[in-house]
Amino acid sequence: MKVLTPTVLTYVKVVLLVATVPAIVGFVIVLAERRLMGFMQARLGPNRVGPKGTLQGLADLVKLVTKEDVTPAGAEKAVHFLSPVLSVIPALTALALIPFGPPLQLTRKVSTPLYVTDVNVGLLFLLALTSVGVYGIILGGWSSNNKYSLLGGLRSAAQLVSYEVPMGLALVAVLLMTRSLSLVEIVERQQRIHLWFVFPGLLAFFLYFVAGVAETNRNPFDLPEAESELVSGFNTEYSGVKFAFFFLGEYTAMIIISCVAVTVFFGGWLRPFPNVKALAFLGIVPPFVWFLLKAGFFLFVYIWFRSTFPRYRFDQLMGLGWKWMIPLALANIVVVAAAILATPGRTNGLFALSWIYGGLFAAMALLARLRRALTRRERLATVPQGAGESA
Amino acid sequence: MTDERALTDAERDEAEYFARRATDSGVARPASGVVEHHESPTLFDVQEMELNFGPQHPSTHGVLRLVLKVDGEKIIEAKPDVGYLHRGTEKLFETETYPMGIPHTDRMDYVAAATNNHAFCLTVEKLLGVEIPRRAQLVRVILDELQRLSSHLVWLGTSGIDLGAVTPFWYAFREREQILDFFEEYCGARLTLNCMRIGGLPFDLTPGWVERLAEFIDDLPARIDDYEQLLTDNRIWKKRTIGIGVISAEECVEWGLTGPVLRASGLEWDLRRAQPYECYDELDFAIPTRSNGDTYDRYIVRVQEMRQSVRIVKQCLARLEPGEIRGKVPRVIKPVAEETYASIESPKGELGFYCVSNGTNRPYRMHCRPPSFINLQALPRLARGHLISDLVALIGTIDIVLGEVDR
Repeated sequence: MKVLTPTVLTYVKVVLLVATVPAIVGFVIVLAERRLMGFMQARLGPNRVGPKGTLQGLADLVKLVTKEDVTPAGAEKAVHFLSPVLSVIPALTALALIPFGPPLQLTRKVSTPLYVTDVNVGLLFLLALTSVGVYGIILGGWSSNNKYSLLGGLRSAAQLVSYEVPMGLALVAVLLMTRSLSLVEIVERQQRIHLWFVFPGLLAFFLYFVAGVAETNRNPFDLPEAESELVSGFNTEYSGVKFAFFFLGEYTAMIIISCVAVTVFFGGWLRPFPNVKALAFLGIVPPFVWFLLKAGFFLFVYIWFRSTFPRYRFDQLMGLGWKWMIPLALANIVVVAAAILATPGRTNGLFALSWIYGGLFAAMALLARLRRALTRRERLATVPQGAGESA
Repeated sequence: MTDERALTDAERDEAEYFARRATDSGVARPASGVVEHHESPTLFDVQEMELNFGPQHPSTHGVLRLVLKVDGEKIIEAKPDVGYLHRGTEKLFETETYPMGIPHTDRMDYVAAATNNHAFCLTVEKLLGVEIPRRAQLVRVILDELQRLSSHLVWLGTSGIDLGAVTPFWYAFREREQILDFFEEYCGARLTLNCMRIGGLPFDLTPGWVERLAEFIDDLPARIDDYEQLLTDNRIWKKRTIGIGVISAEECVEWGLTGPVLRASGLEWDLRRAQPYECYDELDFAIPTRSNGDTYDRYIVRVQEMRQSVRIVKQCLARLEPGEIRGKVPRVIKPVAEETYASIESPKGELGFYCVSNGTNRPYRMHCRPPSFINLQALPRLARGHLISDLVALIGTIDIVLGEVDR
């Protein structure tokens, strides 16, 4: 089988990724989002096109492609044209780095890993690519010659500087544990030390995911779009295919953030508790599917956020980033470093850290719940209730 | 807007503000508020941008246009420009007989038609001196309170969306649909109800209406709990509403603000209690007030009012007895030549009609005191110094309906 050389396989994988991801975005994620939000909001969601609405993505695609592509008068034409491209290309490029699974045996002799490439600075490269994607939004907002879009672009810039930093810092803490920037190596190490990094890196994970939501401009951080304030903000002046590109860029970025969360914190393609023999039956499900399930869960969380939270104001968002997340991320680095240094050459420190963080988070959740109950009682007590129910 | 003197005050404030800014930044700026454009503005100079907010904007609740002067996202000045929905309703009243005026009121505050009908009828009834039968009074109160619930539900849903919380909207509208079903069953219409007549009601209740309503009303407090679950203790919701658009009770009175806006500032003023009409004086309900006068308090007050409305409807349903639904009204309504004013507590505040009769079957002049319009006056004052995101919250919190603002 001379045909299946590594080079050929790489090309095949690239084509597969670039062809399938937009399709998945259009057909699966958008439909799932709309149906799930419908479910959460006591309504149906799209169910007219195709059986149970499954062809909604196709209908949307036809609509977007056949729409007139308008460039507003006075727009910076070249930039206006390039921004959607700038938002979608880095996101699709970043997919090349995501390890979806261990090597797959194609024929008796040929096997190929389920990723396009394993770069030794993988995580760093990913961070770089996701930040470049934001430029599409900033420039798109600026070039539209629309005041609302401009405000959206500026908000995006403010958001970028507030969230890139805590995200990077959160990942630094994990890097201390992984000792590698290669995403494949990160997953393999989680198997070797019998521990998903989410446990010692609980705080890092929360910081990463919140920053990730902010980075992808999703609720509650969808300020550059802010339908009700800026009338879709940066993409107000975009229609047709250009709008579709922004859309694709946003959803691909969501996929990237989810995949990185899975890879770095949740053991990538590993099944839950990969070292517990009693759970070996879970191995029936292929690693690739485990990865998709985990990534799907985070995409679900995105949708869940969207139907639960109101939107932050942009100064509050920056306050959250600079006053809370950056200090917390820095403190987390110190704590993780201390845990690692305390037990040189072993992983006991990480296990201890897992218990400490787990306990802390459980206690905080309990306290928050208690406080919620108390404030509720207090609120009900302060409102005049009058005499009996009916006179 | 209407209050000339207050606007001048605001303008004087503005001029002082600019003068102060000019001395602070070393840039000469005329006190009139007109901006001089410099060749090369310095980095920290105020760079104003004029932003047209509306009339086509998803968060202006209709066709409100605000001309904003913004420094970045900070609002230096917000000028409402109203009138895009002006239909000359008050003039129309003069050209038609008294009963023919009622459907016009439906189209004023179109999310609360019943209370509009009520205020109009009440004014004419005051001129005529008619006594309303007890059953009609009770049904009117039930319709009013259902309307208050549905109006507050629209407010809750839309102001949630303004702040990015999409889900409460669907819950609120689910319940509102049910209330509209009750209206539809009663009078055939869901929005423009035309559900009251001078002297009473057009129809008696349909069979089974009372029982179904009782069931729905019993269920409602749990649904209100659902909305509160999503918003009241929500950290982001609180961050977005607490301390936004603070206005004191004194200022509210000076501006003539009424309704939940006034009560959230701490003044217990509700026409249902202060000047009871129909049978409100015998009903047992509380008037929720709060003291901070910010957007959060206005939210709490409205939610609590919904709970009180539930109580009122329950009490009225318990008191319903068969009886007349229209008082003794002449076939042709020709009040004596007189002037009168009657007002009710609409979901948005004091809704009143001032009627000048010249003894014919048409009013010589029928003026409306629309709470939306008068509450809207406060918007420039509330918005100054806040961000564009807050402006959206503020438009939501004063709860305006443009049909009533423009009439």
